[in-house]
Amino acid sequence: MSAFDRIAVGEAHEFGSHIFTAGEIKRFAGAFDPQPFHLDEEAAKDSIFGALCASGWHTASAMMRLLVDHFTRLAERARAAGEAPLTIGPSPGFEQLKWLRPVFAGDTVAYTGLILGKRASRSRPGWGILSMETTGANQKGEAVFAVTTHVFVRIEPDPE
Amino acid sequence: MAKRFFEDLTVGEVIALPPAPVTRDAIVAFAREYDPQPFHLEDGHPASGLTDDGLIASGWHVCAIFMRMLCDGLLLESSCLGSPGIESLKWQRTVHPGDTLTGRSTVLAARASETKRDRGIVRFRHEVFNQRGETVMTLDNPVFFGRRSVS
Repeated sequence: MSAFDRIAVGEAHEFGSHIFTAGEIKRFAGAFDPQPFHLDEEAAKDSIFGALCASGWHTASAMMRLLVDHFTRLAERARAAGEAPLTIGPSPGFEQLKWLRPVFAGDTVAYTGLILGKRASRSRPGWGILSMETTGANQKGEAVFAVTTHVFVRIEPDPE
Repeated sequence: MAKRFFEDLTVGEVIALPPAPVTRDAIVAFAREYDPQPFHLEDGHPASGLTDDGLIASGWHVCAIFMRMLCDGLLLESSCLGSPGIESLKWQRTVHPGDTLTGRSTVLAARASETKRDRGIVRFRHEVFNQRGETVMTLDNPVFFGRRSVS
C-alpha cells in the first residue's frame, strides 16, 4: 500500500476555517488588489458589494494555507503510524474557480476538499495527480467559493 | 488615462500590464502566510522531477502579483464591478527570486448583461511572462464592467 492507494475517490477532507478580519483584508488588498471595495469601509458602502470584502485571491490564498496545513497533519499522522506519508507537490493549475458571494470583514469561511479523482502521472514516474473540488462556506452556510484543483502527489510505498 | 467602461473594451484589444519584480523576501513572506510548502520557503531543495532547484514562488503568489498588475494596468481606472471567477488557469513555469513578470490581457468576448442593464461582461485571456519572454501563467477570466450609457 501507499498513501496514494489509501486516498479514496469521493472522500471529503475538512481543511478547517479562516476568519477574515478587516485588517487582513486591507493588508492583502493593499499589496495585491487595491480596489476601493477591498481597502476602505466607506468606499465599499457605495460599491456593488455594500461593505468591505476580501479580494477573491485572498479567499483562494486562505484556502491554500488550510489545505497545506491539513496535508501536513495527515503526513505527521502517517509517519507516526509507520506508513509512508502523502506528500503534496506542485500543481499544473485549476478550473472553474468561482467567487460565489462576497466574503465580508468578520466572516468565517470553512473549506472542504472532495476527492474527485486520482491517477498515476504518465509523464512523471513516481507521481500521481489528485483532482479535488474545494468549496468554501461562510458562517451562515452559504457557499462563497469553489474551485477544481489538480495537485501532484508523490507515490511512495510504505516502509517494509 | 481616462476611466474605461464596458463600451471601451473591444474584442481583440490587447492591454499591456506593467512589470512586477519578484523578490526573495516577497516570495518567502507570502509563503509563510498562505502556502508554507518547503520549496516556497527556503533554498536548497533539489529538483524533484517536478519542481526546479531552490526557491520558487507559490502559484497563488503569482496570481496575487498578476492581480496587482491587472489593477495597475486596467482595473483601477475602470468601472470594474468584480469577477465571478476564473474559467481555467495554468501554471506553466516556475517563478524565482529576481524574476520580473510582465503580462498582457486580451479581450476574447464582450457582451451586455441581459438581466442587469447597468453592466456588461468582458472575457479576458491573461498571459504572464518572465523576463525571458517565457509564459509562466495563462488564465481565462470574465470580469463585470459598468456601462457608460447607464452609469
